[in-house]
Amino acid sequence: MSSMMAVCYRGAGRVDVEDVPRPTILNPRDAIIQVTATALCGSDLHLFNGFIPTMQPGDILGHEFMGRVVEVGPEVRNLSPGDRVVVPFTIACGRCFFCQREMWSLCDNSNPNAAMAEKLYGYSSSGLFGYSHLFGGYAGGQAEYVRVPYADVGPFKIPDGLGDEQVLFLTDILPTAYMAAENCGIQPGDTVAVWGCGPVGLLTINCAFWLGAERVIAIDHVPERLELARRHGGAETINFEEADVHETLRAMTGGLGPDACIDAVGLESHGHSLDAMYDKVKTSVYLSTDRIHALRQAIYCCRKGGTLSIPGVYGGFLDKLPLGAAFSKGLQLRMGQTHVHRYLEPLLKRIQGNGTPGFDPTYIISHRFSLEEAPRAYEMFNTDKGHCTKVVFKPAQAV
Amino acid sequence: MSHIESPPSTSRHPIPMDASGFEPASRCSRRVNVSHSERNVSRIAGAALLLNGLCGPRSTRPLSLLSAAGLLYRGATGHCHGYEALGISTAWKDHADEGAAAAVPAQHGVKVHESVVIQRSPEDLFQFWKNLEGLPAAMRHLESVTESGAGKSHWVARGPMGIKLEWDAEIFTEGDHEFIAWRSLPGGDVDTAGSVHFRPLPENRGTLVEVVLKYDPPGGKWAARLASLLGVGAEREIREDLRRVKALLEAGAPPTVNGQTHGRRP
Ligand SMILES: NC(=O)c1ccc[n+]([C@@H]2O[C@H](COP(=O)([O-])OP(=O)(O)OC[C@H]3O[C@@H](n4cnc5c(N)ncnc54)[C@H](O)[C@@H]3O)[C@@H](O)[C@H]2O)c1
Ligand SMILES: [Zn+2]
Ligand SMILES: [Zn+2]
Repeated sequence: MSSMMAVCYRGAGRVDVEDVPRPTILNPRDAIIQVTATALCGSDLHLFNGFIPTMQPGDILGHEFMGRVVEVGPEVRNLSPGDRVVVPFTIACGRCFFCQREMWSLCDNSNPNAAMAEKLYGYSSSGLFGYSHLFGGYAGGQAEYVRVPYADVGPFKIPDGLGDEQVLFLTDILPTAYMAAENCGIQPGDTVAVWGCGPVGLLTINCAFWLGAERVIAIDHVPERLELARRHGGAETINFEEADVHETLRAMTGGLGPDACIDAVGLESHGHSLDAMYDKVKTSVYLSTDRIHALRQAIYCCRKGGTLSIPGVYGGFLDKLPLGAAFSKGLQLRMGQTHVHRYLEPLLKRIQGNGTPGFDPTYIISHRFSLEEAPRAYEMFNTDKGHCTKVVFKPAQAV
Repeated sequence: MSHIESPPSTSRHPIPMDASGFEPASRCSRRVNVSHSERNVSRIAGAALLLNGLCGPRSTRPLSLLSAAGLLYRGATGHCHGYEALGISTAWKDHADEGAAAAVPAQHGVKVHESVVIQRSPEDLFQFWKNLEGLPAAMRHLESVTESGAGKSHWVARGPMGIKLEWDAEIFTEGDHEFIAWRSLPGGDVDTAGSVHFRPLPENRGTLVEVVLKYDPPGGKWAARLASLLGVGAEREIREDLRRVKALLEAGAPPTVNGQTHGRRP
């Protein structure tokens, strides 16, 4: 009765499904959600591969989840048991300086370990579900139940008639993709280059076209993912193992370079060039924390006066970042965890469509698993990027 | 505790910023984070390395010169960048040494100056602070405050290493919604004084709350040992307490994961 299944971090490269106590209300603005669908994200792989510090064995993972409200604290008046909601992965109080200015992922009050984050980053950003103690140590949503703080602000009610899979990605990657494209300040006629054709990169291609891009060029080395970028995104593609990315982009843009470059790869970038090898050695002996081959390349390839948008996650210290190139070319840099709350309503409208067929993001889903299969799913998503693009778990069957 | 000199505020201050009668800790004294004895060791070691750097085996010279420079700097200025980066200070040892000999002079108490911006009106914040008995709910360094009327109150604080400290205090001046200042009455475990100012910021940026606190242990029972113990982490504790007050007043409750579910811990 009072226990549940949850995916727990056990150490780098290892997750287990464990029987743990069910969450309870700890603050008057908390709610408890029964999880009906939850997804695996590239960000989870950064934890799984040990790139994000302050994870502890026993931490419950997962930040992309939705479900039914089962219990609310005394100060949550806008939700009732039975409501079907998606939950933003960034935890925001809704009332601080940053929340009032719609910078939800920078909330001042939601990280109980703010002092720790301050030491590392100067100031603390918001708490995140299932994303290490640096970001609050909140239990995540790859579980049957999850506690949601500030539930009067975060959870977003989903109207009947939409399936879980259609709206699940509102919790993170669809808003992330949208903000990544929005940060480019796309003008009519622009060419946007996107590094990484994972779930974030793929959806970013869609969003860049919505925002008026003329062309989108997608870069990856996984043929299946490049195929998805062409088929579902209408992007032109470059396989970085087969072609010189800078030369190809140059040729494709008449020597100008892309107007905006988006790094949807993050800190586990692959590559076989000298700088990529150098990163691999340095991070494996802990001399630097992040592998940034794609980021370097994006800076290098961007046109003069262009914009670099970074939805890919970075955690620590970046080595050999070519800031000189960014400076000389007068680039604009935009980045950060997504202000998810901002995009829920407009993106839900896109999914619903307006008399016209709505946007269906489910094309990225490759696997549906039960929660018990999480260890295999992590392993597969980490290593078999060709067959595995996005995993969705179904802890509780929707009624 | 970073104290930034700011131009005089435009708001009216009937009493000086520091109502408790002590000037904010000077930049200079704060930079000293290495004790006298350590400074001497640094000077000697620095000199030895300098010799090696100049005359020693060629291969170790550059390294020696670098380290020597660091140690000599540390010895001469009492400031160690390495300590600062790590948030370590051993300078408190000096206070303990001197304090044992003499009664603790005024400038030897522990002073904390912290500020925070809270998205509430000065009136709300003034009301919160005036309700002294409510302070321990957010401030972990306080165990209880009991008001006994006429601006008098009894305070119980959690000192370092679980030592309980008690004193009586009075609010001796307050300006309508602008500031409150208090001080302890004779006979308590510590002499303490403090003030909190509330200043509205422009363009709906909330209210700037500035807290100045001073703890001064009297001679006798606890003596200066306490001063040093209090000094260690006092700032950090006040900062965390203010963070909790801010979260309480803005978000309704400080964020917590205490008592949440988790998997097997090793
Ligand atoms: N900013 C946010 O709020 C936010 C939210 C969600 C995810 N993210 C981050 O976005 C990134 C991508 O997430 P995902 O779920 O799509 O991950 P993913 O691991 O599925 O995708 C990464 C893709 O990048 C490709 N890649 C690796 N090296 C490359 C290189 N040098 N050049 C081009 N492509 C390269 C990989 O082959 C893979 O297809 C991650 O860093 C994730 O943490 C950020
Ligand atoms: Zn995610
Ligand atoms: Zn907030």
